[in-house]
Amino acid sequence: MHSVNELRLEGRIKTFDDASLKKEKKTTNYIMVILVFITVAAFLISFTLGRYSISITDILNIFISKLFGLKTTWSDTVETVIFNVRIPRILAAMLIGAALSLSGACYQGLFKNPMVSPDILGASSGAGFGACIAILMSFGLVGIQVSSFLFGLGAVALTFFISSLIGKKNNAVLVLILTGMVVSTLFSSFISLTKYLADPNSKLPAITFWLMGGLNSTSTKDVLMLLAPITIGTIPLALLRWKINVLSFGDEEAKSLGINTSRLRLIVIICSTLLTAASVSVCGMIGWIGLIIPHLSRMLVGPNYKLLLPASFLVGSAYLVLVDDIARSLFPLEIPLGILTSLIGAPFFIYLLVKGKKGWI
Amino acid sequence: MKLDIIRATCGYGKKKVAENISLSVQSGEVLCLLGPNGVGKTTLFKSILGFLRLMDGEIVLNGENMIKMSKSKLAKVVGYVPQAHTPPFPYTVLDVVLMGRTAHLGMFSSPTDNDRRIAEEALDTLGISFLKDKIYTEISGGERQMTLIARALTQEPDILIMDEPTSNLDFGNQIRVLERINMLSKKGLAVIMTSHFPNHVFLCSTKVALMTKNLFKVGSVDEIVTEENLRSAYGINVKITSTVDESGNIIKACIPLIN
Repeated sequence: MHSVNELRLEGRIKTFDDASLKKEKKTTNYIMVILVFITVAAFLISFTLGRYSISITDILNIFISKLFGLKTTWSDTVETVIFNVRIPRILAAMLIGAALSLSGACYQGLFKNPMVSPDILGASSGAGFGACIAILMSFGLVGIQVSSFLFGLGAVALTFFISSLIGKKNNAVLVLILTGMVVSTLFSSFISLTKYLADPNSKLPAITFWLMGGLNSTSTKDVLMLLAPITIGTIPLALLRWKINVLSFGDEEAKSLGINTSRLRLIVIICSTLLTAASVSVCGMIGWIGLIIPHLSRMLVGPNYKLLLPASFLVGSAYLVLVDDIARSLFPLEIPLGILTSLIGAPFFIYLLVKGKKGWI
Repeated sequence: MKLDIIRATCGYGKKKVAENISLSVQSGEVLCLLGPNGVGKTTLFKSILGFLRLMDGEIVLNGENMIKMSKSKLAKVVGYVPQAHTPPFPYTVLDVVLMGRTAHLGMFSSPTDNDRRIAEEALDTLGISFLKDKIYTEISGGERQMTLIARALTQEPDILIMDEPTSNLDFGNQIRVLERINMLSKKGLAVIMTSHFPNHVFLCSTKVALMTKNLFKVGSVDEIVTEENLRSAYGINVKITSTVDESGNIIKACIPLIN
């Protein structure tokens, strides 16, 4: 029998717990609001940066005038710069940053490993090879993108097919990773082969430049190309995101908790591959985002995918658009984005590893 | 609630690991599976949980063939408590326990306040509410084992299947886990567990299955846990002795002898 005092004490403990929980919930809500704010700010600031400088008040003026159909008070050059050059580039950077972060975050849960990045099943090297082949065969820009996208999907399909042949039902995840490594290496060798065969005066520089990754020639068409696969890839992941938590406990436990693991795994792989292949096909190989952004987001909002996925989406889009701002405005000559993301990403990752709270990596 | 395993043969691929196994468990019973390493206890467990296909025989749950049940239907009846382990991400204990609700949620849903309440009740039942906001990867092995039991309870199952729930725990935590198992079986749960400690059988089991390379015996504790059976199963000499607790109950214990 509990004494009255004990009961009162228990009650007090309970209210205290509820209060602490609410407080914690509130903190994560604040963090999400701040992330939204940072992303919007990054979006707006990016318009002002670049060779042709435009002030933030001008930008807001133009947006508001356009929105309410007021008459134009700015020059045609400004209009062209904003609407034909900067908007597509900024939107593409944000979409790609978000897409790569999402697929990285999902793969880390799926493969129960925080060291996994979106190219683990061969999507990037497949897409890279698709682009190289298209450049070698003198396809146009759209041809290069389509070929790259399809080869990206194809590489992952190949990985999936081979690993299902190998079987080993009880070790499906490990077999997938190993096959992915093999397929990745295979397509990387194919890329080297196309470089070797390419005409060193015209094709080889084009291939090399494409592989470095960048958004320097992004047009509205590219943004539209990105929009469909990224939307199709993002929506199911957003809907299923809580279940990815369960998947990160391993196949057997997830099954015993009632999840059809092979189906969920397939859906996550298809969606993540759509995101990665679409990104690589438009901007080339841009590394590190899918690895570090989920880490950074996990440090901010915790490991629960319910919050982690939206946070990764926001942080990823803000991060890539800001890095792209640096790429296009730091030096007179634009730095390839892929090089810059690695240059910033690698030391930043070390910083996260050093600073990271124990267990948050 | 009743689980029947009827002449089951289980194994990997074409390799038979355990043959012709029959047993049944019902509400309120605790069946403990004893046996030396490598006789197929884990394989049998994996078959009961549906991770492995039976090579022969069948498993019947409340009159329904278990193989035909969907994963989520199964998860509402059978709760699995794996050995405590470390997941890759630092979830809070409440997050981990809430994952027990998976089978009760729709395809695209995440836990609601009601699910949260059920999870908190499970923590309360086991007396570990204070762990709620702790980080699962940072608590002790015993606390982690308790958390996994709470997660299984959150599934609201009729049967708990526990894989060596007392291994890797200190002396006190072993007994505390056994106390909880007793309490849960009194509440009407059926429990199947494996153990490497014959003494634990005396403390909480109503039924024992002894599994050796070529023998499978099921029966009451006194029938199965005998000096002779333990000697033949584990290949060591064992004496069974007994003592009386404060309320006059006789408690048996095995003492291994070193030659």
